[in-house]
Amino acid sequence: MLEIKNLHVEVEGQPILNGIDLVIPDGEVHAIMGPNGSGKSTLSYVIAGKDEYDITDGDILYNGESILEMDPAERVAAGLFLAFQYPIEIPGVATMTFLRTAINAVRKEREQDELSIPDMMKLIQAKAKDLGVKPDMLKRGLNVGFSGGEKKRMEILQMALLDPGMCILDETDSGLDIDALRIVSEGVNALRSETRSMLVITHYQRLLNYIVPDKVHVMSDGKIARTGGKELALELEDAGYAEYDEELA
Amino acid sequence: MAAVKETIDHVKELDLDKYKYGFTTDIETVKAPKGLNEDIVKFISAKKDEPEWMLEWRLDAYERWLTMKEPEWAKVEYEKPDFQDLYYYAAPKSTEGPKSLDEVDPELLATYEKLGIPLKEQAVLAGVEGAKVAMDVVFDSVSVVTTFKEELAKAGVIFCSISEAIKEHPELVKKYLGTVVPKSDNFYATLNSAVFSDGSFVYIPPGVRCPMELSTYFRINEENTGQFERTLIIADKGSYVSYLEGCTAPMRDENQLHAAVVELIALDDAEIKYSTVQNWYPGDKDGKGGVYNFVTKRGDCRGDNSKISWTQVETGSAITWKYPSCILRGDNSQGEFYSIAISNGMQQVDSGTKMIHLGKNTSSRIISKGISAGKSSNTYRGLVSAHKKASGARNFTQCDSLLIGDQCSAHTVPYIEAKNSSATFEHEATTSKISDDQMFYAQARGLNEEEAVALIVNGFAREVIQKLPMEFMAETQRLIGISLEGSVG
Repeated sequence: MLEIKNLHVEVEGQPILNGIDLVIPDGEVHAIMGPNGSGKSTLSYVIAGKDEYDITDGDILYNGESILEMDPAERVAAGLFLAFQYPIEIPGVATMTFLRTAINAVRKEREQDELSIPDMMKLIQAKAKDLGVKPDMLKRGLNVGFSGGEKKRMEILQMALLDPGMCILDETDSGLDIDALRIVSEGVNALRSETRSMLVITHYQRLLNYIVPDKVHVMSDGKIARTGGKELALELEDAGYAEYDEELA
Repeated sequence: MAAVKETIDHVKELDLDKYKYGFTTDIETVKAPKGLNEDIVKFISAKKDEPEWMLEWRLDAYERWLTMKEPEWAKVEYEKPDFQDLYYYAAPKSTEGPKSLDEVDPELLATYEKLGIPLKEQAVLAGVEGAKVAMDVVFDSVSVVTTFKEELAKAGVIFCSISEAIKEHPELVKKYLGTVVPKSDNFYATLNSAVFSDGSFVYIPPGVRCPMELSTYFRINEENTGQFERTLIIADKGSYVSYLEGCTAPMRDENQLHAAVVELIALDDAEIKYSTVQNWYPGDKDGKGGVYNFVTKRGDCRGDNSKISWTQVETGSAITWKYPSCILRGDNSQGEFYSIAISNGMQQVDSGTKMIHLGKNTSSRIISKGISAGKSSNTYRGLVSAHKKASGARNFTQCDSLLIGDQCSAHTVPYIEAKNSSATFEHEATTSKISDDQMFYAQARGLNEEEAVALIVNGFAREVIQKLPMEFMAETQRLIGISLEGSVG
């Protein structure tokens, strides 16, 4: 269970998040929607532990423990996973090498035995196949020269491999055509379970046709402005964010 | 690659042993008196029981050295060594010349065991099973042992210390010594010519493909002692050899001097592949101590269709001044230089290569990857030149610099001279920083900071790492992690 309590965050003295309260119980999928600049991506980075943010008040608890003092790698080991809106390229590091390094780093931190190379290859190849990640992609530099769709599939592959309890998907639908959106969504849905929760951040309702949330939150000006069921997304699709966005109002 | 994992494991152990080769060996030594004069040169020559011609060669070099000045053009700053305050010869008392393995002082064997280099003929290096590597082991001023000599002799390969070669194969030494790096070449090379202590000698006969990797491991142990390595490798017509060189030194507060000369000669259709992993003690974080690595390495592609390839991984030393070069004399000859130079802390590196195109249709390729961290300075300095008669000369140069943090610097100083209008020279250079985004991305996948840096840098240097013999690949990936310890956060 992820609990965010009265979270206030600043970047270089500028307040970005102004008191977020949010609880995501095990097994639930929540969506956060909102206009650009409302603080959605900041929230995802703060949960993952990017260090350019000052947390001025509040707390984030995962399974009852504050994660604020944990470094990003410790948070991954604890079970948090962030799928990036813009996955980063690391030239020269073969994707397969990266995946293997990440899996064993996390397993070690979780005090699990490291996987042998053959077991590792089997695991990665099987999951890659499910997501339509071609063997050729695993040999290339991480994210180097990948299309938008390939990058997002790689994010979901990493998510599947690192076995998180709480997945945060930051605008996973951006830059995807309808086919890629379907493949990625199927990959995400396959990971839904009673013990795994998800926080899906998106600007558009269309992703939520594929990944159907239990709850939808609207974020505006660094706060949760409204919370509802999945029908709230449809309402936003019709009315837009004008109500929540000072510039558009 | 499993090696990445090894890098990572190794980085994790680092709190305990930052420079794990920094111990000293307590062993009785024979030293020359401190300082340098004609008598010292005679002392060294006599200790090695050298023939008269060798002594004369040394004395001539010494005379020339007295008239020379230390070069100052490199982008490095240091207190000049006091050449009268150094020992020019130090040898373990028990080892007055190389012996067979079972005669070697157990204290020395233990030293190399600790360095991760078990001196056994069935030994494997860097965990690569079944790979045989013949070793020449130089401790301070003398070669202590050379392994697999008999097996190599069956193939006609001569692999021994240079001291031994001077006595046993004078005709070869006389014919080739100083023909690539003349004894008056430069200040340090000339000093080396006068007082060189030990190093390896390799001769591969015509048409022979050397049956195993050859390797020399250099260790400076004694305080205030200069190591003047001299290595000479000759690949006769149509032969092939791959040679590896590794180096370490104890942690000492004083600077130690390593002034080596390496000469390679490839005759018609011959190929020499020379790889170095240099990990001399770099000094502490404030720049105290460390090895001055002032080295002249040059290869002569003397024959047609010959090839010389330098691969270097430079992670150690307080100051590195080193330009492994190729003289492309034979028609269709090829020169290659693949380099990874890592500087951290207060280290200064000024390194690169020279590709001198003299023959027709010669080609050269330079891939240099410089990685600077801490407060270090890392300079690539290279010359590519084509002589008037070098029609059809081709060069491709790529110099990439990677910066970690904002207190280090990287410089690229390429010199290009084409005196033949048909020469084609290409030069590409990039400078980049490890971005915070890359770091965060790797960390958000469960890697800690050190693991993330090691992974990203290994990716950056991959093209060069792949050129190393397999035995050195894993070691290098580990070293990259170790060398960059403490470079972030």
